[in-house]
Amino acid sequence: MGIKTLIWLLPLPPLLAFFIIVLFTNRKKALSHTISVGAAFLSWLGSMVVFFFAVQKGAHQLGEHPFASSINWLPLADKWLKIGVMVDPLTAVGLFFVAWTVFMIFIYSIGYQNYGQPKGDHDQKGLPPHGATVIDEQGHKHKVPSIEPMYSRFFAFIGLFAFGMYTLIISDNMLTLFVGWEIMGLCSYLLIGFWYAKPSARAAMIKAFITTRVGDVFMLLGIGALYAFTKTLNFREIFFNEELLHKMATTPSGFFGLSVAGLIGILLFIGTVGKSAQFPLHVWLPDAMEGPTPVSAMIHAATMVSAGVYMVIRMFPLLSAGAQHGELTSPMMAMAFIGAFTALFAASIALAQNDIKRVLAFSTISQLGYMIAALGIGAYVAAIFHLLTHAFFKALLFLGSGSVIHGMEHGIYHVDEDIDPQNMFNMGGLRKKMPITFWTFLAGGLALSGFPIITAGFWSKDEILADAFSNGHWMVFGTLAFAALLTAFYTMRQITLTFLGKPKTRAAGHAQETHWTMTLPLVVLAIFAIGFGWVGIPEQFPLIGGLIPNWLHDFVITTLPHHLGEVGFNWAPLLTSLVVALGGLFLGWYVYKDVPAGAEDPLKKPMGFVYKVLQNKYYFDELYDIIFIKPAIWFSETVSYLWMDRKIIDGILHFIARIAFQLGTIFRDWFDVPVVNGFGDFVGESTKKIGKSLRVVQTGRVQQYMLIALVITVATLFYYLFSVFTP
Amino acid sequence: MSFLDNNLLTLILFFPVASSLVLLFLPGKEKKLIRWVALLASLVPLILSIILWLNFKTGIKGFQFEEHYVWYSAINSSYHLGIDGISLTMVLLTTLLIPIAILASFNIEENVKAYMVLFLLLETGLLGVFVSLDLLLFFVFWEIGLVPMYFLINQWGSEKGERELWGGIKVKARTYASFKFLIYTMTGSLGLLLAIQMIGVVSGTFDLPTLFASWTTLNQSLFGLPIETVKTIAFWAFTIAFALKVPVWPFHTWLPDAHTEAPTAGSMILAGVLLKLGAYGFLRLVLPLYPVESKHYAGALAFLATMSIIFGAFSAFGQRDFKRLVAYSSVNHMGFVVLGIAAAARVQGTENAVIALNGAVLQMFNHGISAAGMFFLVGVIYSRTHTRNLDDYGGLFTLVPVYGGILIFTSMGALGLPGLNGFVSEFLVVRGSWPIFSVYTAFAMVGLLFTGAYVLKGIKQVLHGPLNEKWIGHLSEISAREVIVIAPLMVIMLWIGVWPAWILNVINRAVEVLF
Repeated sequence: MGIKTLIWLLPLPPLLAFFIIVLFTNRKKALSHTISVGAAFLSWLGSMVVFFFAVQKGAHQLGEHPFASSINWLPLADKWLKIGVMVDPLTAVGLFFVAWTVFMIFIYSIGYQNYGQPKGDHDQKGLPPHGATVIDEQGHKHKVPSIEPMYSRFFAFIGLFAFGMYTLIISDNMLTLFVGWEIMGLCSYLLIGFWYAKPSARAAMIKAFITTRVGDVFMLLGIGALYAFTKTLNFREIFFNEELLHKMATTPSGFFGLSVAGLIGILLFIGTVGKSAQFPLHVWLPDAMEGPTPVSAMIHAATMVSAGVYMVIRMFPLLSAGAQHGELTSPMMAMAFIGAFTALFAASIALAQNDIKRVLAFSTISQLGYMIAALGIGAYVAAIFHLLTHAFFKALLFLGSGSVIHGMEHGIYHVDEDIDPQNMFNMGGLRKKMPITFWTFLAGGLALSGFPIITAGFWSKDEILADAFSNGHWMVFGTLAFAALLTAFYTMRQITLTFLGKPKTRAAGHAQETHWTMTLPLVVLAIFAIGFGWVGIPEQFPLIGGLIPNWLHDFVITTLPHHLGEVGFNWAPLLTSLVVALGGLFLGWYVYKDVPAGAEDPLKKPMGFVYKVLQNKYYFDELYDIIFIKPAIWFSETVSYLWMDRKIIDGILHFIARIAFQLGTIFRDWFDVPVVNGFGDFVGESTKKIGKSLRVVQTGRVQQYMLIALVITVATLFYYLFSVFTP
Repeated sequence: MSFLDNNLLTLILFFPVASSLVLLFLPGKEKKLIRWVALLASLVPLILSIILWLNFKTGIKGFQFEEHYVWYSAINSSYHLGIDGISLTMVLLTTLLIPIAILASFNIEENVKAYMVLFLLLETGLLGVFVSLDLLLFFVFWEIGLVPMYFLINQWGSEKGERELWGGIKVKARTYASFKFLIYTMTGSLGLLLAIQMIGVVSGTFDLPTLFASWTTLNQSLFGLPIETVKTIAFWAFTIAFALKVPVWPFHTWLPDAHTEAPTAGSMILAGVLLKLGAYGFLRLVLPLYPVESKHYAGALAFLATMSIIFGAFSAFGQRDFKRLVAYSSVNHMGFVVLGIAAAARVQGTENAVIALNGAVLQMFNHGISAAGMFFLVGVIYSRTHTRNLDDYGGLFTLVPVYGGILIFTSMGALGLPGLNGFVSEFLVVRGSWPIFSVYTAFAMVGLLFTGAYVLKGIKQVLHGPLNEKWIGHLSEISAREVIVIAPLMVIMLWIGVWPAWILNVINRAVEVLF
């Protein structure tokens, strides 16, 4: 099997798993998860093989001649729109992180959905499991977690999702990328609303779909415009065509003074704003936490939301077309601004969240903002680097939080306490009860905070700051540095509240470490959260720079037609990043180290009104409800349907009908009845009389009728033949 | 085989009528027999059109499978049939949907014989429009299709509901709807007939291929009217007739009424095929016969199309009645067809026009498939719950998981999810019309956004949320027969979404040479 065939096959196992489970094995739990995880394994294996071959081929070779293969898909006019797959350096590293995170999360899901546990006492489809009562050998009743009632369905959905993500990554063109993009959107919708009977989940699933669709329709326009202008959607045909890019950058589009490249770039970027939950379309991601935690980890941290960033990274040559001498193009400026703003904005909200998953959700929004901002200032490699490290450590953190929630639930069942298992102020002291979860979560948390040298997050975040600094984008640099401080602070707040100190509730005291299917993925991801930074250590970094070559930079940079150089080393950004990371971590620990059970957030009083605003996410949900959702419903129901269609249009029709009706009445009363009917009656009466006189023929005897018929037929025939044969 | 080859279109066209005559002689009490005979009879045209499809040669310009017989020699009208890629696609759509609709009506109990006879009659009427190459013949079939549909709505339509007219006068909803449908189409037909007469008198023929060749350069006067005036009158008459039929905003209000009140299978065919007649009229008659006028007024048409897209979506979103929601979605989706046609009319013969037309014709087919599927699914839930009010459902996914899965799948096809059929055609329309009507295309995106909103609203209200407990024990899962009805539609939705080349190959060649 050739490498190209293998690339085509990568997305298929999870898709097949989806269909097999939905159609055949949906009642068999063990078989379903075996198929699904097995499919994820096959895709993982294939990806590793492809990755290995890609690396072996060498950066420059692969950059110039990626593994690519395409087929005719749509006949349009006298040409074909081709679709295909391609593995260039960017795809290769993308495959690497997708394969690992997806595979790990599939394994984790087995434990998370309580495989091996008994059926729940009152569990219903569409609601999370509520626990089962078991009687042990001594006759004591225990309440234990119960298995998810829609277990097989879950594995089918995540299979379909994996298909979407693999499709997106290996696409060589914008169209199939968009196909994968939207399939993931559907899965995100289905999985956020996995427990569809919960009204909150139902609201969240729709919110997610519609909010991202706002971005998607702009993106669709962008794709249409791109295709119309370039006559192709193939990435390399566009990016490696210097002349075309130049033409796009210099042709005015006629909209807002943008060039064609600028307009298309911004339209596509709006797609990313939706998908990667950037301001102002960020509102859906926190609510998406309604879904099961593996979903949050996979879709809403590691892969789908990252795909938004991946897309703009992919489109970078187009977005930066026309940029000269460090000047940013319009799309890049938009990205730098939105990205940096979102990074800070979301980080500030995370400070005041108490739900362990919501903190991570805002953290994800914030970190995605980092990547977007990085790309906006042209820090291409840094954006990719942070995308990779973030995928690992954020997936790890989410899975860790799921493990914590599970441990807490175990404790809650044990002591029968009615508390929220996701509220961090109910936790505390879990490091002793759940050591594996603790150590791995710590690794992820430190990576997120950018703890120096040993964590992957440090290297990638530092590179973004260094790039912003050395290119003189002070605003971006300052904003991101401040956001990094907040990040370290809320991360340490989370770790301190959850794991350190003493248990704040009885349930937390009885929490239990989770099953190996959950802890194994944590350990694997923790290794990446620590170690993955070493592939991208800058050459000129003091002491350790150059010990290991900056492999990542050399590898992915060949994706671009023009290779960018590494930025020079400077102490200022390094010191900044050391100060904010360590400072934030220390403050987070210091403020929250002794929060007693039942106490409020120590910052709530001193911050007062600001805290409330942060806790309520700057009231964006309420604001959007007033200015978008309510008016849209009112407009649809009242203006568009009731007033326009029913009152005005139908009103006019009814008016015309009424006139016609009344005209008809007039005609009938003044013309029909006296004139026509008078005449008609006369005709009728006469006919009756004639009929009477003809009645004699109607004997009712069939023979006689037949005879008459025969006579007439023969006569007619005779007449006909006669007329034909007479010259 | 040569008889079959030479008369394949006639066979497809008249087989349904012939079999409806057979049905007439079956005893009315034998409901089961009548149903099965009707179903089998409707399968024959399907098989024949598949043969037609396989024997169709895509590379050839002009019409194929032509049949030409003297019919009405006194006025130079002939029985002239023939198909190109556009009509072939529509023929396949019709012959595919009719058996499906007949199978879907197996639960009709009242007057089964008359129902089935009308249905088969309807099929001939619809097919006739797509295969006629003679204007008069075209008109005859155009009118024939109207009658059975009127009775289907009027007799077998929904039982409940009333509409207030004026001054407190109320009529039964299905009476109102069927009448509105009939009057609206007849209004268009008047102009259509007039225009056809004028063309016939001026050019001395009703034969379409002859007209395509001569009409645009024709230089003759009619009763002293200059040819330009004749052409303008005929152009507007055609345009109005077809715009009413599509329907284009603001002539659309008959559609939600007719679709909502019709019996399930009637709605399937209304949305699936009848709406396509209007769009087909634009493609077959307006664009080729009036290239100059259609280019001139393309902007206005694009405007109305955009309004259809936007307000169709809004009004759908504003519904509480599930079936009416789906009905309004047709306004929204057909808007894309018209947008594509308008764009193509503006830049005839260019690559953009070809792409836009590809999108428009494919969208016609796709909408036929997914709208029929949606109406069927509404019918399935209605036949069990006897309510269409979205507020009465809730959380049914738990009770009917298979139905739920099918509903989500079909809804996603209607929503235009990539990987399913609707996306391909919408993408092509957007791609084709963006360079021509950028602003309208951009505004159409508002409609696309709200397409998402109303589709999700339907799913949300029916399937998700807390279970409405009154349905426990009263709601049975979708039956095997019903799965057989929807399955072919789902397969086609997926097939076109994944591999559209098989159908676009046929469409693409046809629209390339349309002008």
